Parts: sequence; structure tokens; C-alpha cells
Amino acid sequence: MSENKNIKNLKEFSTSADRFEGANLLCPGCAHSIIVREVLNATNDDLILSASTGCLEVCTAVYPYTSWDASWIHIGFENGSTAVAGAESMYKALKTKGRLKQPDRNPKFVSFAGDGASYDIGFQWISGCMERGHNIMHVVLDNEVYANTGGQRSSSTPIGSSATTSPEGRRSYGEKKNKKDMVSIMASHNIPYSAQVAPNKWKDMVKKIQHGFSVDGPVFINAVSPCTTEWKFDPKDTMHLADLATDSLVFPLYEIIDGHELNITYRPKTVVPVEEYLAAQGRFKHLFKDEYKHLIKEWQERVDAKWAQLNRREEARV
Amino acid sequence: MAFDKMELQKIEVWDGNRAAAQALRQSQVDVVAAYPITPSTPIVEGYAKFLADGYIEGEFVMVESEHAAMSGCIGAAAAGGRVATATSSQGYALMVETLYQASGMRLPIVLNVVNRALAAPLNVNGDHSDMYLGRDSGWIQLDAYCPQDAYDLNFIAFKVSEDHDVRLPCMVHQDGFITSHTAQGVHTLTDDEAYGFVGEYQPMNDMLDFEHPVTHGVQTEEDWHFEHKARQHNDLMTKVMPKIQTAFDDFEKLSGRKYNIVESYDMSDADVCVVCMGTSVETAREVATEMRAKGIKAGVVGLRVIRPFPFFEIAEALKGVKAIAALDRSSPNGAAGMLFNELAGALFNTGTKALLSGYVYGLGGRDLTKAHLVSLFTELQKNVDAGKVTTPLQQFIGVRGPKLSFL
Repeated sequence: MSENKNIKNLKEFSTSADRFEGANLLCPGCAHSIIVREVLNATNDDLILSASTGCLEVCTAVYPYTSWDASWIHIGFENGSTAVAGAESMYKALKTKGRLKQPDRNPKFVSFAGDGASYDIGFQWISGCMERGHNIMHVVLDNEVYANTGGQRSSSTPIGSSATTSPEGRRSYGEKKNKKDMVSIMASHNIPYSAQVAPNKWKDMVKKIQHGFSVDGPVFINAVSPCTTEWKFDPKDTMHLADLATDSLVFPLYEIIDGHELNITYRPKTVVPVEEYLAAQGRFKHLFKDEYKHLIKEWQERVDAKWAQLNRREEARV
Repeated sequence: MAFDKMELQKIEVWDGNRAAAQALRQSQVDVVAAYPITPSTPIVEGYAKFLADGYIEGEFVMVESEHAAMSGCIGAAAAGGRVATATSSQGYALMVETLYQASGMRLPIVLNVVNRALAAPLNVNGDHSDMYLGRDSGWIQLDAYCPQDAYDLNFIAFKVSEDHDVRLPCMVHQDGFITSHTAQGVHTLTDDEAYGFVGEYQPMNDMLDFEHPVTHGVQTEEDWHFEHKARQHNDLMTKVMPKIQTAFDDFEKLSGRKYNIVESYDMSDADVCVVCMGTSVETAREVATEMRAKGIKAGVVGLRVIRPFPFFEIAEALKGVKAIAALDRSSPNGAAGMLFNELAGALFNTGTKALLSGYVYGLGGRDLTKAHLVSLFTELQKNVDAGKVTTPLQQFIGVRGPKLSFL
């Protein structure tokens, strides 16, 4: 039987042994490690993990060191999901053939990848894994930019953000395209579970991860990961940024069961204006110039519209 | 065992694809992750059908691209079990990134490559462009000349690739259509003989050993990258060939069929010889015999092992010969042919005075006829008589239009 890890509070969480070591090279204030710990801490079961090329990978497995106390694999930028799907296939084959060394275990197969490795270059591989029904969980560490290579835009980069390949300047307000709605796309594969999570709402996240581990079939998780380096905020403010992201509803927390049953899992008591979220980050600083202020208004309207849509979907159960 | 054995005739009429598929079945491959591409598709279709019919147990993962196929194979191999797949041409090209990753991660995987031309222009027929594309990828590359070889070499491939001293992936090449789709008599092993030869998969650093977590596919920069690459190359150059020889010896004891790292034909007293790969070896052998009737002492050297390149074995095979033709079935696109260059490298600094010339042939499935080889051997004899290469160093065989030759 699968075994959830039950952590009651943050103090307990902070001292709980996990299988991801603090000895890694991630930036101070990086949310990636927080998210990874929250995912891994959801279960006591064995783990088979992968990371696609990116911040998490280059910072946690630099030979001859590793930060992983569970089996872990990295192949390339685009194929972390398929790496774990291959391992899961071998698990099934050896289980059928009675050749597992520890046949009584219930391993969980999880791939971690950034938004670039998920929304862009790894999109096809993830779609393939979801469509084929592998018993794996793909977790996007969504910092909305190619952070590992120095801040180029990805298809997760939101409109108005200044990225190195869509920089703000005298004639540009930065990124011109809206963020891709990856959770909807993945849910449209009719997978048993997809959800958006945030590290500040760790109980919500752990609940979703545990639900994801309990279902039979592929699971897609999109985790907002505030990036101190590319979003340009003080490393001590990571959780504050995550709070602003969830409480402004820029990153609404919800889940989609079996591709259609949508549940909003967090409703902020006080909704923070989007402007506050944007103002806290250097990547949006230029939007506060007079000529771009209309963009902030449009941002708010987009977030409101998306929230209304989510609410309608929750109500309609479609 | 929850699957049925298959009763085979002593000699089955199989094409190269069927022969390879049967070898995968008899090796009891645990996971095949694959994407279809002409002309290799029937190999993985065969595995899928054996699975559907209960003649094997395992997982067949039909992925969405060849890149994903090899990615899945890498994940499955790292998990700890027997893994194989097949591809050709454009699919192979799409796989290239992962080919380097598979070998660098030291994972035993068997890849059947049914050789086919590379676009553009698009072409489904056989040449060695894909095989050449992977020659620096760190894989072992074995070459089949006919369906029998395609069957036998798969067993050799598993045996060598999975050896704990080797731990390198292995390709088995066969010529698209001419081998893959041409049925011939193939001497079979029984299921027990075949599985007894390859043996039960022995895992190493397997991710599924939960008591011993492992990290696969690490980052190394200037501090360690070179050591990893150098060691991989060292193992290819020093460890693989003896293991292949042992596997060939063991296989001969089992089957009576003898394979050699370099396949020499009538070379003991040959004045002129052709060095080539794939189905051309058999054609060249036939013509060499006919040339001897005409008074030209002709021989043929076929490469059985392409990587690691058999420098010493080939220099030994060519030591007495006076004129050599290197036949490359891939456009060098701005250089001498690969085989020409490798032979030059193997023979330089040896005592040989042999004259070496290069020929490019058979691109996109163009036939290499016996008539072509007759004039080639005749040209080589002219070189011997003149004591120098009388033709351009690089010529095309059988191409229409104005004669093209270089160097």
C-alpha cells in the first residue's frame, strides 16, 4: 500500500528528513528547492525522479556530488518526462516478470522540469507521456523564463515582462504574448489529475501531490516558482512573492479531475490588486511608466476574466 | 514463465527485419520504446505482435518520435533491464542527441539500424548515411550483410553491450530493403539456446534497486568531462574488441557460425582488394572469385565491427595487398570517405606500400552491380601494374551525367 507522509505544521516540515539535500547550488531564495521538498515530502514511498536540463538539474547533480537521496536521472532538456516514463515501463515489465528486487514497494515516478523544458522544448514529450497513460507525475517549476540560461522568454513568460530576448526598451514594453495555459492543455489529454500549486500554500500542494500519487495514470502539476534572479526581487522575499502571486489570483490554485471536473482550492480572503504583484518585481518595473500604465489595467482585467472563467467552470462541472 | 516458447524450423525463411525481431523475442527484451520508420518498422511491429500473441513478456511503448524512443530506452535501461529498439535514416538523425546521452551514461541498449539514406532529397532506400552519422556517438556498431547476420549479431550485441566491463550501447546495422526486406534462409537457434547465450539480464546501478539510490546523467564541466569521455573512449578501444571476440567464439561453439571482427575473403595472396560493408560484401566476394578466373588475384575485406574501428585487425588483413579500394556508401560531403580515411589511418606508419583509392557508391539505394565491381577490380590491377594510383583518388560509381571525380 502507498504511504502518505503526514506533516502537520511548518515546524515539523522544516525538520522532516527528506530525500533532497540542502547541499545544492540553487540561488539563495530560489523556490525550486522548496517545491521539490514539498513534493518529495508528500510520500514515504520510494521515488524514481528525473530532472530536465535546467536550474534544478545543473544545481543538484554536479559530479562527483548529488543532492538526491532517491534514484534520479537526467538525460536532456526535452525528455525528462520520457526518461521517467521509460523507467516506469521497466518497472511494469519487471513486475510482470517477477524480477523486481523489492517487489513489495510502491514507487512513485516524478519528473521535474522548468517552464522552458515543459511549455516549449519538452512539450511533445510530455504530451506523449500524458496521452500514453504512464503512471507518472510531471511537475513544472514555473518561473516563467529560461532562468538557467540567463533570462530568455519562454511561452510561459507573461505579457509585459522584460526578458533578455524580449527586453523592454524605448520602443518596447517587453514580452508581447500572453502566457500559455499549460494546465488546460494537459487537462485536455483527459488525464486523471492536473493542478496548479504554489509553494506558499504548502498544505494545498501536499494534498494535491498526495492525490496525484493516489490516482492511476499521468498527473500534471504546474508549480509557480518565484525566481529571485529573473523576477528581480530580494531573495528573502520569495514567499512574499508567492503570496502575492496566489492572492492577486495571477496564479489561481485549482485542480482538474479527469480533464473536466474543476475545483478552485484556494480563495484568498482579501484579493490583492495585480498592480501590487507587478510592483514587487523588477521585470515589470517599466510598466509603471506613464505610457504603459494601461497594460497594468489590462493585466487586472485578464486576471479577473480568468478567475471568472475558473469559477464558471467549477460551477458548471465541465 | 507466463509466455509461450515458439517452435522454429531449423531454417526459417526470414528477411532481415523478421530475423532481428525474432532475436529480440528470443533475448526476452524487457522494454522496447519505439517509433516507426521505413524500412525498420517491421522489427518493432514484430516485438509488438509477439507480445500480443503471448510469445514474450515485457512493455512495448509506442512513443511520439524517435527522440522519445531513445529517451524512453535510456530511462528503461537506467531502471535496470534489457532494452532494444530499431530505427532508420531521419529517425536515426532525430535520435542523435540521445545516442550520445545513452553511451555517455554507459547504458546497454541494442539499436537495430536498418540503413537508409538521409534527406534531402527524401529517399527511403538503403545507403550508409545514417550509420556514418552515428560513428562518433560512442556506440558499438556491428554490421550485418544478410538476414542471418542480422539475427546472429543481435545476440552478440546484447552479450557485449550488457557485459559489466563494457556497459556501452550497441547498434546492429543492416542494409535497408536489400537485407531488411529480402527473405533468405536463416538458421535458427531454439528459444532456450538463444536465451542461454545472452543470459539473464544482470542489472548494475539500476534505479529500481530502491535500497541503493543512484544518480544518472550528471553535470560535468572542464574539471571532469574530459575524464569521462576519455575513459569511455579507452573502454571502446581496449575492452570492447576482446569481448566481441569472446562472444564470437562462444557463438561459434553454439551455432557453428563463425564471425570475425574483420571478414577477409581470399586475402591470403590477394594483389587487389575491396573494403566495404553491408550487402556489398557478398557481391564483391562473388566478383572477386570471378576475377581470379580472369587472372586478377582479388580479395574482399568486410567490416564486421565498424566501431570501435578495428585498426590492427584491418591492417593485418591488408598487409600483403598491393591496391585497395575503400567503398563508402555515404556522401562524404566535402572530404574523403570515412572508410578511405580510416583505412589510411590504419595503414599509415605500417610497412605497407599498398595504393589506396576511394569510391562512393550506392547512394539512395542505387545498385552496385557485378559489372561495376569488375571494372573496379580491373582499375585496381592497373594501379598495381603502373605502381601508382592511375585514377582520381575519389570516384563515384554508377552516377548518371558527367563523370564526377575528385582529389
